[in-house]
Amino acid sequence: MTFFNHFGRYLLMIKGMISKPENWKMYWKELMHQCYDIGIGSLGIVVIVAIFIGAVSTLQTAYQLVSNLIPRSTIAQIVRDTVILEFAPTITCIVLAGVVGSKIASELGNMRVSEQIDALEIMGINTKAYLIMPKILASFLMIPVLVVIAGVLGIWGGRLAGTLSGILAPEEFETGLLGGFLPYNVVFALYKAYTFAFIISSIPAYFGYYVQGGALEIGKASTTAVVTSCIMILFADYILAALLL
Amino acid sequence: MIEIRNLHKSFGEKVVINDVSAVMEAGKANLIIGSSGSGKTVFIKCLVGLFEPDRGEVLYNGVSFTTMEDEQRKELRQKIGMLFQGSALFDSLTVQQNVMFPLNMFTSLSYSEKLKKVNEVLERVNLKDANKKFPAEISGGMKKRVGIARAIVLNPKYLFCDEPNSGLDPQTSLVIDKLIYEITKEFNITTIINTHDMNSVMEIGDHIIYMYQGDKEWEGSNKEIIYSRNEKLNDFIFASEFLKDVKEMRTREAEGK
Repeated sequence: MTFFNHFGRYLLMIKGMISKPENWKMYWKELMHQCYDIGIGSLGIVVIVAIFIGAVSTLQTAYQLVSNLIPRSTIAQIVRDTVILEFAPTITCIVLAGVVGSKIASELGNMRVSEQIDALEIMGINTKAYLIMPKILASFLMIPVLVVIAGVLGIWGGRLAGTLSGILAPEEFETGLLGGFLPYNVVFALYKAYTFAFIISSIPAYFGYYVQGGALEIGKASTTAVVTSCIMILFADYILAALLL
Repeated sequence: MIEIRNLHKSFGEKVVINDVSAVMEAGKANLIIGSSGSGKTVFIKCLVGLFEPDRGEVLYNGVSFTTMEDEQRKELRQKIGMLFQGSALFDSLTVQQNVMFPLNMFTSLSYSEKLKKVNEVLERVNLKDANKKFPAEISGGMKKRVGIARAIVLNPKYLFCDEPNSGLDPQTSLVIDKLIYEITKEFNITTIINTHDMNSVMEIGDHIIYMYQGDKEWEGSNKEIIYSRNEKLNDFIFASEFLKDVKEMRTREAEGK
């Protein structure tokens, strides 16, 4: 299949999931279930990644700032802005593309090959709406929250690393943290989070929903979904930076 | 009643269903038989709309399914139950939740009413004590019975069974066949069963269609099939060594030896 075939079918999938739910209560239940899976299920890895990224960026920024003319608090400013602008949204979402994306692709792929999707279709359920839409909505709800958590913990990790290594005192870090803060950076990070949330949920859903074959194909679909999502995140990251900064 | 008119389906160059017409009557077990690759599964999937036929019509009680709007299709599908080859139970739900799923989705019954209905159908398929078990914890035969329970819980008018005996031992197959047959008669359902199991054919085949390479090769009942003179059908039904002996005996009888 060519790129255009895939893209056309992807757009049709998105169009197909917009319909009136057969039962609002069941859709709500599915949405909550997905929120839990995507949000709570990925929280652990997001926390770990965010703290270490913040910590490492403090150490590496300090390593590169060798001039005595630059105040130490600048380290905190650099850590804050790189965490908010890039690390929290982009790195977190690349990690989530692996965690959430592979889960979505393999879950839908397994449902497809074991005819569970056909069973739902036979019952008269719009499977695109019932299976894919809640995943995308849940990603819209939970991924920005995870990005904000990652941002906060990244900065906290940076502060902790600065203190533990003796690079800069907590007071110096806080001075830098508050200096020259642009609230727009947070808004920009959220734009990224929403864009990436759509990529992380819809692309793996596409590869999982249309899988054909057996266990091997589910694995392949899952890998393709993660790789494609990561590439699309990086591409969207560049486009957003070029357009909005 | 389901009427099929000149149904045709191909995948690329390969013709899988070649202008098949048939009438499936209510209250009867309508069997589609044929060897693997004869187009049975594609045929049944065209009937329920999982595949779009290239041409031809499928009429449910005189209304064309092929030209129906999506909303009408959705409504009709609530009157269709289907038992899949691999049962297609939802892995993450218990037996009870699997059977209750259509009720949750399409009815406004209270939880106790739904539970009562679920217990009734589970009892009907002789599966009372498995409510809390997950599909991975039950046997193949039990999965089929849960599949039947889920298919009949909304009192369907049409029941489709895709190879209900695949992967089952002969005894369990018989139980499943009898169950499907009883349900068909009890609720006057139009049942369409896709199988290559000769025991099912002889046991419950009120109306049989034999398919060969996408064509409808023969049509009749289990009373007639054994006396058929269709060579392709005979090759299919007398494939086993035991049945070959029966065929030879029959030929000798016919020749008066």
